Amino acid sequence: MTVETAAVDRLERLGEEVLRVDDLAMHFPIRGGVFRRAVGAVRAVDGVSFAIDQGETLSLVGESGCGKTTTGRMVVRLLEPTSGRILYRGHDLATMSEDELRPWRSKTQIVFQDPYASLSPRMTVHDIIAEPLRVQGKYRQGGADRVSELLDLVGLQPEHANRYAHEFSGGQRQRIGIARALALDPELLVLDEPVSALDVSIQAQVVNKLRELQQRLGLAYLFISHDLSIVRHVSHRIAVMYLGVIVETGTRDEIFTAPHHPYTQALLSAVPVPDPRLRGARERITLTGDVPNPANPPSGCRFRTRCWKAQAKCAEEVPQLEDRLGTGHPSACHFPELLTVLPTSGAAS
Amino acid sequence: MVNETEPLLVVDDLAVEFRTDEGVVKAVDGAAFTVDRGEIVGVVGESGSGKSVTAMSILGLVKSGRRVRGAIRFRGRDLGTLPAKELRAIRGAEIAMIFQDPMTALNPVVSIGRQIVEALRLHDRKLSKAAARDRAIELLALVGMPDAAARFKQYPHEFSGGMRQRAMIAMAIANGPSLLIADEPTTALDVTIQAQVLDLLRIAQQETQAATLLITHDLGVVAELADRVVVMYAGRVVEQGDVTTVFTAPRHPYTVGLLESLPRLDRDVDELHPIPGSPPSLLTPPPGCPFHPRCPLARDRCRTERPELRVVGNGTTVHRTACHFAEELAALPTEVTR
Amino acid sequence: MSDLRPSLDTPEVTAAEEVVATETDTAVRSRRRSPLGMAVRRFRRNKIAVAGGVFLLLILLLAVFAPVIAQQSPTAVDLGAIRRAPSGEHWLGTDASGRDVFARLVYAARVSLLVGVFAALLAVLLGTIVGAVSGLFGGWVDTVLMRTADMMLSFPSIVIIIVLAGILGPSIPILVVSIAITTWPTTARLVRGVTLAVREREYLHAARVAGASRGWMLRKHIVPAAMGQIVVVGTISVAAAILAEAVLSFLGLGVQPPQASWGNMLNDAQSLTVIQSMPWLWLPPGLAIAATVLAVNFVGDGLRDAVDPRQSGRS
Repeated sequence: MTVETAAVDRLERLGEEVLRVDDLAMHFPIRGGVFRRAVGAVRAVDGVSFAIDQGETLSLVGESGCGKTTTGRMVVRLLEPTSGRILYRGHDLATMSEDELRPWRSKTQIVFQDPYASLSPRMTVHDIIAEPLRVQGKYRQGGADRVSELLDLVGLQPEHANRYAHEFSGGQRQRIGIARALALDPELLVLDEPVSALDVSIQAQVVNKLRELQQRLGLAYLFISHDLSIVRHVSHRIAVMYLGVIVETGTRDEIFTAPHHPYTQALLSAVPVPDPRLRGARERITLTGDVPNPANPPSGCRFRTRCWKAQAKCAEEVPQLEDRLGTGHPSACHFPELLTVLPTSGAAS
Repeated sequence: MVNETEPLLVVDDLAVEFRTDEGVVKAVDGAAFTVDRGEIVGVVGESGSGKSVTAMSILGLVKSGRRVRGAIRFRGRDLGTLPAKELRAIRGAEIAMIFQDPMTALNPVVSIGRQIVEALRLHDRKLSKAAARDRAIELLALVGMPDAAARFKQYPHEFSGGMRQRAMIAMAIANGPSLLIADEPTTALDVTIQAQVLDLLRIAQQETQAATLLITHDLGVVAELADRVVVMYAGRVVEQGDVTTVFTAPRHPYTVGLLESLPRLDRDVDELHPIPGSPPSLLTPPPGCPFHPRCPLARDRCRTERPELRVVGNGTTVHRTACHFAEELAALPTEVTR
Repeated sequence: MSDLRPSLDTPEVTAAEEVVATETDTAVRSRRRSPLGMAVRRFRRNKIAVAGGVFLLLILLLAVFAPVIAQQSPTAVDLGAIRRAPSGEHWLGTDASGRDVFARLVYAARVSLLVGVFAALLAVLLGTIVGAVSGLFGGWVDTVLMRTADMMLSFPSIVIIIVLAGILGPSIPILVVSIAITTWPTTARLVRGVTLAVREREYLHAARVAGASRGWMLRKHIVPAAMGQIVVVGTISVAAAILAEAVLSFLGLGVQPPQASWGNMLNDAQSLTVIQSMPWLWLPPGLAIAATVLAVNFVGDGLRDAVDPRQSGRS
């Protein structure tokens, strides 16, 4: 079965829910004392829920330590969640043993950030892309042809197959990583900062390739990124994370044009825009201080220590993720308000 | 000795080479630009463009590299021919450096405060310890360090990334430099912290009136902070000029390509237009214009004749580009100029 | 206070060099070469290591073609020609039993290389398995295995070997085994270190996400990643094993006469008179041991630099 024929089925099911993550949490124990007992926990992810449909891109955005990467790694079960469910078409992957999981592994694959660390320096490109097939015992039936097809799919030449990863540039390496992730015909790709390590002119190549593949193959993407400009470009829906929880989620337009959580607003206003004419013309919200320690998060709302409108209620009560303003998308803030942080389209000219 | 008619810093036809196992890498190949007193000049380019090597060469920090051509004049003095002792006296005093990773520049076993005190006393022997201490606390407060007096005693590892960057900026401006070189100062930081540090760089620049050379790959940072911009590609300067002019009316196909390949936060872009191919190998740079293999305008002349920087346009500020067909580019409708 | 001055200066340079390294790195790529090919190239540039290798090759040829090279039997006793000085007939003279020293020296090379190579191989094999399992499984498995390794390392190995040889009787297989069981912990620790490093590499995560078992990860990623360093440790273990063989045979606990080994040849040359007046009895085996061990170590150093070029500048 070629990559394209396998995709036909998926393209028919566009819009069907592929993955649902339910109240997912990951607490890393902090060990101390002579007997290395757990004396506390870093609550890297603390109750996160979302769903992704076939053919859709959901982006998880946030700064370092917000738990976006940990969430992605749980979805592909590189990490075993402390609690919560990972439902792939109704099957809970969260609690499966490694052996039970093996047949399901091919459905969700991952592309890593670092194009240098993510490819073995001791394997040829062919062997790297063929590895998932070999692991799953699928290489014998036409595996070599499939590798050529995958190379072609990601825009590499067949003669690249016998070379080693170090002979390629960052952008080409990332394509190799994408080809490897596609080898097993996955339905969902976790893209963990897939272009952050690349140069600007190369980023666009890889982003375009990812978008093209999504359309051709009907893939669902969980796109993890700190770069809001790229997120705006690739996402259908967005979830903004802060200290292990989702603080606001909605469609791309909702998040970019009508954000109502103060953290989303601060994030959007902090990104430098490559247009000198906007200098000083934009609303700037500069947050003070640093992200608190996730081992000891603030009570109530986790953002309150850096929030300019925090009140007593924020320290006492955890704000639930709900649509308080009736804008159609929820945020986890007791006092949400609409604020236009970015110039509306066309205002720049 | 001090030439006050010349710009503060003149990088003149600088070429730096590295010998590697594979051959000679021409990391910088004829870079030329100037920095005037008090202005912020952004140097942008991708990895391998030579922007960092150029910056490091100014302070003579590129040990393994060999300067094969050109000069770097600071206040009229060629830094390349200065004795090591004099260069050391300039480094950290008249020219200060801000690095991407503060941990490589801060000493992990000496408290932040003591490092600043040392930096102060190193260049001003007459300064008393107590005065240096007061000045250091003042500097830490200036860079927005909450509770500066308490922070004075702490070690770099007790600081967050943003706080370390603040401490390094405090150290850099300690001796009132006339030139600050900031190499990717915010690249390792989160956006909200980056915004703080950018504000701080602005404050530091206003406070010291130091000219700032801002090395970055982030066009957004340049657009926010710089007065002028220098675009580098494959070891050469391909375009330079006033930041608004270069960003809104670029006259080099590479600059155009960069801007068009950028996804935008402030507007929806249907499709990104990447620059095809990848940057050339610096071992065997292409003849003629280094950008010609990726350039949509390339023709025979570009493959043989190396374009020199020349003035284009008739604006109020000087706009230079190294493209044979800059005028043709001006006539093309591009998304950038939208 | 002046001790602080370099701290204000050198970190800048280090940071600068790092930046420069990444910039030049991106410029230098696109050469078609396998990791093995690059290692071979680096090794061949190291003159001393190559010389060591050539010397070892000669010793190996000597050992293999011993019957051709040595015209005389190494064990033929000629009581009429005891402790004769070197001559046309006996190039290196004869020993206390009238045996030809040159023939014994050449045949002894077989024993020394055999013991050295097999003991090292066994040690490396054992060490690799223990180290990889320890690193990959972690937890109590790791604790038990590594504490065992620590215990082995903290005993004086020669004592263990002497006890073993004393209990089980001296023989070449016992020699090989006892050398191996005292040297495997070095390899085990090394392989464990590599395993821990590779375990966190993203390419290993990718294999896991594809469903790879621990056995797969060991075979396809961890052992190949450690192979370079294993070869280096293995080589240096060969030198150690050759020395151990010499020591044990010298003490009479290793290779037993009449079979010749460099160690027991020295054993025959213990008296003061021999040392003072009959250098042909002790000088050739002594030099053979020294030169071979030195050559092995040169090769080991060369391999280390070839396998991990980043370390070479600093060592």
